[in-house]
Amino acid sequence: MCLAVPGRVISIEGDDPLTRQGRVDFGGVIKSVNLAYVPEVKPEDYILVHVGFAITVLDPREAERVFEYLETLQQ
Amino acid sequence: MKYRDEYRTADAARGYANAIARITTRPWTLMEVCGGQTNAIMRFGIDQLLPKEISLIHGPGCPVCVTPIDYIDKALDIAGTPGVILCTFGDMLRVPGTKSDLAAARAGGADVRVVYSPLEALAVARDHPGNEVVFFAVGFETTAPANAMTVYQADREGLVNFSVLVSQVLVPPAICALLDRPGNRIHGFLAAGHVCTITGYAEYEPIARQHRVPIVVTGFEPLDILEGVYRCIHQLERGESIVENQYSRAVRRPGNQLAQQVMESVFQIVPRHWRGMGEITASGLGVSPAYQTFDAEARFGAVISQDESQGECTSGAVLRGETRPDQCPAFGTRCTPEHPLGVTMVSEEGACAAYYRYRRQVRRPVE
Repeated sequence: MCLAVPGRVISIEGDDPLTRQGRVDFGGVIKSVNLAYVPEVKPEDYILVHVGFAITVLDPREAERVFEYLETLQQ
Repeated sequence: MKYRDEYRTADAARGYANAIARITTRPWTLMEVCGGQTNAIMRFGIDQLLPKEISLIHGPGCPVCVTPIDYIDKALDIAGTPGVILCTFGDMLRVPGTKSDLAAARAGGADVRVVYSPLEALAVARDHPGNEVVFFAVGFETTAPANAMTVYQADREGLVNFSVLVSQVLVPPAICALLDRPGNRIHGFLAAGHVCTITGYAEYEPIARQHRVPIVVTGFEPLDILEGVYRCIHQLERGESIVENQYSRAVRRPGNQLAQQVMESVFQIVPRHWRGMGEITASGLGVSPAYQTFDAEARFGAVISQDESQGECTSGAVLRGETRPDQCPAFGTRCTPEHPLGVTMVSEEGACAAYYRYRRQVRRPVE
């Protein structure tokens, strides 16, 4: 129910902040996504999408932490 | 797929499993709140990578499972009203009401439509001005902003034939209710990462402090869950109890404030009945007074609460984390996804369905 899928924003359409749409690539499947809740999003950003809405922009720097933390544990 | 496949590597998973084994000195019981995490744990066999001292128990984090039977009955009642189109997420179709379910109502001629997004229900209302269109708005904080935005847009467009039947629930009050139960044996929590993308995690800090439980905001991939477990055990072994954010690529402490604003204007906090847990104060969302005209209960009559008898089904205890699915005498024999006795076997994210799908054999008993 709280499933959210990561996807890459290809392009952004619309001026109305409530109905701004992104074309989003989910590993080859392209879908239209509502971007109202991620006003800061830019093309090429990765977002998490839940029931047709982007809920957060993924942070590429923070995405590495899982591996960096593991390295500190293995030293 | 980027942001998914890299978190499924076996070497890193083994690295975390070894690190967990190195620091674990005694038995600990952790609860993952979210049904999506339960599903991942079963699917990837994450619990089997952990030392035998660690028990993962499964929480009430499946909105489909905790929706009381009264709401299913109300949805059936609405779907049976002439001229109504009922739109719902697919997960709700086979959830049993008192006498029937939405799939059977649809087979019997009711106009029940499955939507992927609440915005599709809004499009149905635009396309069918002569019908009443009702969206069955179920979910946790992850889904609430999408459902709220849909009502907000309906209001902005002046759509008079659209309303929502709301059975939205909130995670933190449920965690508190579990911790307050007599005989509670949960030492630490993996908090639901996607819920926290919306809410942030400041609200969890007083819970961790007052109940002295570590809470680790955790993602959904195998490495996320293993790191979440490591961080939780690390705190427990050191006698700490703070909130940590494992899922920092998606979650920030304040959450998504725009989503919170829309949620707070369209919805208000209300008491809610949870299947298996009874009524929990301030644990749900209902339509706020400003948007009352979009409340399906105002149009079609209020939901009437009733006592639920579970029959042979142990889903109440499963949702409270008091028993595991494979400890139920009916599991996999009298109760299967094809012939479910209860909702935790019906829902894709129910713990019983996850056990059935990925693991049929009985495992070691809970200590």
